[in-house]
Amino acid sequence: MIRIFHRWPGLLAMALLTVLSLSGAALSVFPMAQKLSAPLPASGLTVATLATRIQAVYPGVEQIRRAPSGQITAYWFNDGTPGSAVIDPATGQGIASADPIQTERWLTNLHRSLFLGDGGRIATAAGAAAMLVLALSGAVLVTRRVGGPARWFTRLRGPLSGRLHVEIARVAVLGLALSSLTALWMTASTFEFLPDAEPSLDFPEAVSGQIGVELASVAQFAATPVDTLRDLNFPYADDPTDVFTLITDQGTGYIDQGTGILLDWAGLSTWARASETIYMLHTGQGAAVLGLVLGLMALGIPVMGVTGIVIWLSRRKVRQRIRANHPASRAETILLVGSEGGSTWGFAATLHKALTEAGQTVHAASMSGFDPTRYAVAQRVIILAATYGDGDAPETAKGFLDRLAQAAPLIKVPLAVLGFGDRSFPRFCVFAQTVSAAAQAQGWQQMIPFDTVDRQSPQDFARWGQALGQAMGIDLTLAHQPVLPDTQALTLVSRRCYGVEVQAPTDILHFTLPKRSLWRRWRGRFRAGDLLGILPDGAAMPRFYSLASTERDGFVEIVVKKHPGGLCSGQLMALKPGDTISAFFRSNPGFRPGRGRVPLILIGAGTGIGPLAGMIRGNTRQRPIHLFFGMRHPDSDFLYGEDLAGWQVEGRLARLVTAISRGAKPHYVQDALRAEGEHLAGLIRGGARIMVCGGRDMAAGVTDALAEILAPVGLSPATLKAEGRYVEDVY
Amino acid sequence: MKSILATLALTTALIMPDLAMARPITLTTQLNSYGGSRAYLALYVTDSSGAYVDTLWLAGGKSKYYKHLSDWRRVAGRSAGKISGITGASVGQGRTLEVTVDLADALFDSGYTLHVDAAVEDRRDSPNDVAVPLTTQGAGTPVRGRRYVANFTYDM
Repeated sequence: MIRIFHRWPGLLAMALLTVLSLSGAALSVFPMAQKLSAPLPASGLTVATLATRIQAVYPGVEQIRRAPSGQITAYWFNDGTPGSAVIDPATGQGIASADPIQTERWLTNLHRSLFLGDGGRIATAAGAAAMLVLALSGAVLVTRRVGGPARWFTRLRGPLSGRLHVEIARVAVLGLALSSLTALWMTASTFEFLPDAEPSLDFPEAVSGQIGVELASVAQFAATPVDTLRDLNFPYADDPTDVFTLITDQGTGYIDQGTGILLDWAGLSTWARASETIYMLHTGQGAAVLGLVLGLMALGIPVMGVTGIVIWLSRRKVRQRIRANHPASRAETILLVGSEGGSTWGFAATLHKALTEAGQTVHAASMSGFDPTRYAVAQRVIILAATYGDGDAPETAKGFLDRLAQAAPLIKVPLAVLGFGDRSFPRFCVFAQTVSAAAQAQGWQQMIPFDTVDRQSPQDFARWGQALGQAMGIDLTLAHQPVLPDTQALTLVSRRCYGVEVQAPTDILHFTLPKRSLWRRWRGRFRAGDLLGILPDGAAMPRFYSLASTERDGFVEIVVKKHPGGLCSGQLMALKPGDTISAFFRSNPGFRPGRGRVPLILIGAGTGIGPLAGMIRGNTRQRPIHLFFGMRHPDSDFLYGEDLAGWQVEGRLARLVTAISRGAKPHYVQDALRAEGEHLAGLIRGGARIMVCGGRDMAAGVTDALAEILAPVGLSPATLKAEGRYVEDVY
Repeated sequence: MKSILATLALTTALIMPDLAMARPITLTTQLNSYGGSRAYLALYVTDSSGAYVDTLWLAGGKSKYYKHLSDWRRVAGRSAGKISGITGASVGQGRTLEVTVDLADALFDSGYTLHVDAAVEDRRDSPNDVAVPLTTQGAGTPVRGRRYVANFTYDM
């Protein structure tokens, strides 16, 4: 619901806000520039001294002004000609033109009215209002996403556009809210919706009628430091009824031009002070540093506009399959989805459609948005959950378990949990199981027993749907057609063959980089360790391979081992240069080397070398990388052997340790780790990051070896995994 | 001359005793190119002692800025609020304001003075930019302004 208040003001006001933010950011520079260029008066300089100096240089002086930056300007009238200059307070001499800077004036008019007069002012005020709504709704969304205000600055995961949007927002939101609030105040003041802040000081009725008092002898001038001056207006020449008008940051007063006596004085009202403070907070005039900070924050607006649209479009792509979604407060069925790549959303859409056709009101949302207080008329909660990595919550289910633990179970609202996964993984549907168990322990009733869907099986899903329909007393038929992402044609350029002699034919396949639209590239370039989905002929489900190249390399590379009877690997091994396959890219944000210069310990065996080799190839900044590579025989399946030697020479790879499993004395990668134990423990204690890629048995062996190595230094693989410093890509 | 404002014919009710006879007078105020925002102008009349008589025209829409027309504010005092029907848009630099008002005959050749106060955002206020005695002889003769007004003419 809140998202609507974020999306539409954002989309509608984007162009306007871009103009306002860019012009505002440009304007924010001027107060600081003026402050830096204005000569500062000596401390203790009084208005009397300053005015005397200026009058000596410019006898026809009419007005002396001090800007909030400290810049002093004098205006005079000599021989019938008006003049003005920025004044050096030490001499009273003019040192620069006092004419307003044309660029600043142009930008100001653009910023406040788009050169459209009052109509433009109303439009920009509407922009400010939209910005305020965006800031407030955005703050709620960020709080939800990170799991509470206390975790405001927590580390983010997910696609770049979403991360960038929130990274900027959570830093800039306060400044943007401040700027838009003060803008609205100033517009209200311009259109006279607010009372005037002017002091009510009537012009004095009686004056002495004399003229020509010495400026230096006026007590009020001598008592006023220049630092507090705002404006000193001289009496109009040849008009004995006129007076001096002195405005300071304390108030306004009239002074007799013959006697120098203070005729009347009005202090600055609280209201006037408030108005001035708001003006200062918006313009930075008198608070130049704040102005620059606000200007910098305003620059985030165009970036957030673009990333916001990217987020909206990609979300639409996933969600548009869900039609007639009811608000949470008015839905009988609450459908919560924990999805990593988006396929579980497809199942959710099928279920949503079937339930809606059966006359149900359904609200579908991500598991992260779980909020039982909003489920006013709910009769059941259904959870469809995939599992990420080694039993973790998938992307759209982050924070769900914490929320579940805090929420009291709803009475008479039973729960059904369906897990999605791949049975060939030992930790099949572990996250969904955890959710189901936690909910039961919490006291939620179960509507139907926990069930699972293996490898996106439509049959499993339909069977579960029947059980669900029975429990609900309706006839529910779930016919799910998995929707595949748009595929692109990849052409094989070359292959390098290994491992035939050791009965493990393994090829490095090198494809052309397909033309990717600017739009796709913007949404994220693929990197080594991301996945390439390949749909073999005659199969409904894609197979995934880890990418051994980054998009910047200009080609697509994967490492494929032939499995006896394997459909996909068989087809790939039979490809000839020039042949094409249909494939799509999928990001794998959980398996990234991360930024920084901390050493990387890469551990892989067999085809697991693929993504690791891609990372080493991309290591042009010579981050220290230590590679542990397990193979059968160096003469047969030393994948990337020549490349690795070259990368070592170029400094992209710091150290290579190989383990040979065929031979008189079998040696596995975990044995190589143990042999280097002390050195590794030192690296890891110093902050090194570990990435493991390869078969399940190898990964388990590596974990055991690392547990032994790290015990003496008081660390464990589990704590490293929790910190995100130990990541695996296992198959 | 870039005369952008159409001649505004109107009748000001100069509420003064014994001033039955009146005639239409055209007031032409041309601004110079001072390089700034649109100017606020106040056109008003004072008598021989400098006391306020009436306001003829006020160019500028937002009353919060009228304080910058400082002489006019000063002499008009509380009458400064009574300007309904004699206000118009502010005037851009280099442009000309032309208004026609009905002015009582008795105001001419009797020591009355017509003043123009001008104010421009972020620039010095210019009270009394023009001060011209109202005489039948002086009609049609341009008078130079001090700061923002290039010249001012009243035509019978």
